[in-house]
Amino acid sequence: MNAPARIEVARDPPPTTAAVVALVGNPNAGKTSLFNALTGSRQKVGNYPGVTVERKFGRLALPDGRSVRLIDLPGCYSLTPRSPDEAVTRDVVAGDQAGEPRPDAIVAVIDATNLRNHLRFVLELRRLGLPMVVALNMIDLATRDGTTIDVARLSGILGLPVVETVAVRRRGLVEIGAAVANLLAVIPAKAGTHLARPEAMGPRVRGDDGREGSADLVLLQREARAIAAAVTTQRGEAKAWSARLDAVVLHPVAGPIILAGLLFLMFQAVFAWAKVPMDALAAAVDALGRQVGAVLPAGDFRSLVVDGVLHGVGSVVVFLPQILILFFFIICLEQSGYMTRAAFLMDRLMARVGLNGRAFIPLISSFACAVPGIMAARTIAEPRDRLTTILIAPLMTCSARLPVYAVIIAAFIPDRPVAGLVGLQGLVLFALYVAGVLGALAAAWVLRQTVTKGPTPTFLMEMPKYQWPAARDVGIGLYQKAWAFLARAGGIILVSTVALWALATWPKPPPHPTRPAIDYSVAGHIGATLEPLFAPIGFNQEISLALVPGMAAREVAVSALGTVYSLDADADHPQGLVARLHGAWSLPTALAFLAWYVFAPQCLSTLAVTRRETGGWKWPGFMFAYLFAMAYAGAGATYWLARALL
Amino acid sequence: MTVHLSDLRPGDGATIVAIDRSGVDPANARQLHEMGFDEGVDVRLLHRAPFGGDPVMLRVGNMGVALRRSLAAMVVVEPMAGRRAA
Repeated sequence: MNAPARIEVARDPPPTTAAVVALVGNPNAGKTSLFNALTGSRQKVGNYPGVTVERKFGRLALPDGRSVRLIDLPGCYSLTPRSPDEAVTRDVVAGDQAGEPRPDAIVAVIDATNLRNHLRFVLELRRLGLPMVVALNMIDLATRDGTTIDVARLSGILGLPVVETVAVRRRGLVEIGAAVANLLAVIPAKAGTHLARPEAMGPRVRGDDGREGSADLVLLQREARAIAAAVTTQRGEAKAWSARLDAVVLHPVAGPIILAGLLFLMFQAVFAWAKVPMDALAAAVDALGRQVGAVLPAGDFRSLVVDGVLHGVGSVVVFLPQILILFFFIICLEQSGYMTRAAFLMDRLMARVGLNGRAFIPLISSFACAVPGIMAARTIAEPRDRLTTILIAPLMTCSARLPVYAVIIAAFIPDRPVAGLVGLQGLVLFALYVAGVLGALAAAWVLRQTVTKGPTPTFLMEMPKYQWPAARDVGIGLYQKAWAFLARAGGIILVSTVALWALATWPKPPPHPTRPAIDYSVAGHIGATLEPLFAPIGFNQEISLALVPGMAAREVAVSALGTVYSLDADADHPQGLVARLHGAWSLPTALAFLAWYVFAPQCLSTLAVTRRETGGWKWPGFMFAYLFAMAYAGAGATYWLARALL
Repeated sequence: MTVHLSDLRPGDGATIVAIDRSGVDPANARQLHEMGFDEGVDVRLLHRAPFGGDPVMLRVGNMGVALRRSLAAMVVVEPMAGRRAA
């Protein structure tokens, strides 16, 4: 790994006079790898204003000492958008995107092994009239396949500079910089340039196009095929390891078994691999708590720092290793190209509930977090299909629920092997994930019969060649996720835990309390008020109380329990949260709590992103209501069933 | 002799003769072209999904594409002589 990337959440882009260069290309052209290689540690990630499409920009140093702002645009197949993320690419290159200046130049990234399809997009981009350099990426794979490309001839035909690159091996980076410097050297001053608008090339929104838009596309497609044929020489057969891998991975019998096995391995790894670093982190938080506790004088301030901040935030931060392992799997599955195979394998099942295989990818991402999952649903073109996917995304067990599951499982499920192979704890965790998936499929089916009723959209998707995930790209991706998680822990989680600490501390109990101190506080009263609502499903006052901040972010429920039980603890006998819960809850209550969190009404971030993606409060309101009902029913059924059987 | 793309078996190669655009949503027709489908392009059916053989995965030119059989049925192809294992 290289030096870790410095990631910041983008607010508004810094006002800059530096030239702006956009990285554009088809999905799977290796655009993100090239962006990572070109900008290294100088990138920022955020969203475009008004749309939750990921916005990445970074500084690219040119060989002549200048630097430009490089923006990475969502991959798309053409400038006629069919989904919100493709619309962003079109709007940015057209200069229509709020908060983003029109680029001064374009780097068009194309896959050398799929020249004829990617050249079609280059021809379309060329009509914009912006200065442009073509990055002929993955040239090493083309060479390996026995394909020779006459780069000089390609450059001549296109009338554009063409640079051979291998982004994952960092080849051709200097040449790209030099080519960009050349383009910018010959650009006249920004003002007064006459550039083509994309309207000149076709309709702005797909669907109202009829034949003409397609006819234009077909002409470009044929021109691209002719150019590709003219500049390519094929010697021998292409190495077919990707096809051979598909023969196994997409095998009618082996394929689904491999997919299930991979998912199971992922969840088993989340529990098994993370144990050592998590224990170390937990020990560090404890040690820090003792140190601080010894230094600070007894009183409210020490209670705030130790009970509020350290126990609250600390109980969430220890889950960083699990979240990183989960994202490691998801990033690798995405970058290798396997995720699209999973979509292919799942399409039939998804069709049964009225969705298509493409929805499987946002749903898998939702295992990490529903927010990027809901954002990933923007790649689904059909609005009702997209809405259904958004509505069920929170049912996929996100990583924020892991802390909740982990604590309860550790407290109530014995750590013993089942059939000598897998741990019972891992198995229970897997069962919770399965329950979430089944709940999501059931919800999708009901929604498609009722509120999102409509024709079932089709499934049409590129299956890219397999690629070995590049360590650098995985590393940068993980670093971004870790940063986002810690920013959350330092932001919403810190604020809500401190607020809860305050509510749980004041008013103080009378001099000779007959009940635990917390019962006298504001939080105690809130818990007591909510308790009748939750008592029928087996929840005690502490749980009712923890559910409130748990709406802000699911993992806060754990830090809230950490704070509540830490304040509640006998000062002379401090116990871990796991041990305290084990003493305080019955098994049916613990199982009901797990069931609640399978369907848990989602966190504020999820509701906020849903509002942004659906353009109003109607759907987030609906989402909240139906998930609350499912969670209440699920927890209640679990509680009463467990009481009857155990 | 022409058949529908959806009638090919795994390993079968064919050349696209026509795309029945009247039977396809215009947006889907566009997308087919973006995925490299066009008259005169060679395709090969590689895999069928489990649980009923739908969707199918094809090689279109040099690109892997998956689509449902109902959409593949809108593409008319001329099968190549001789079969080759995928």
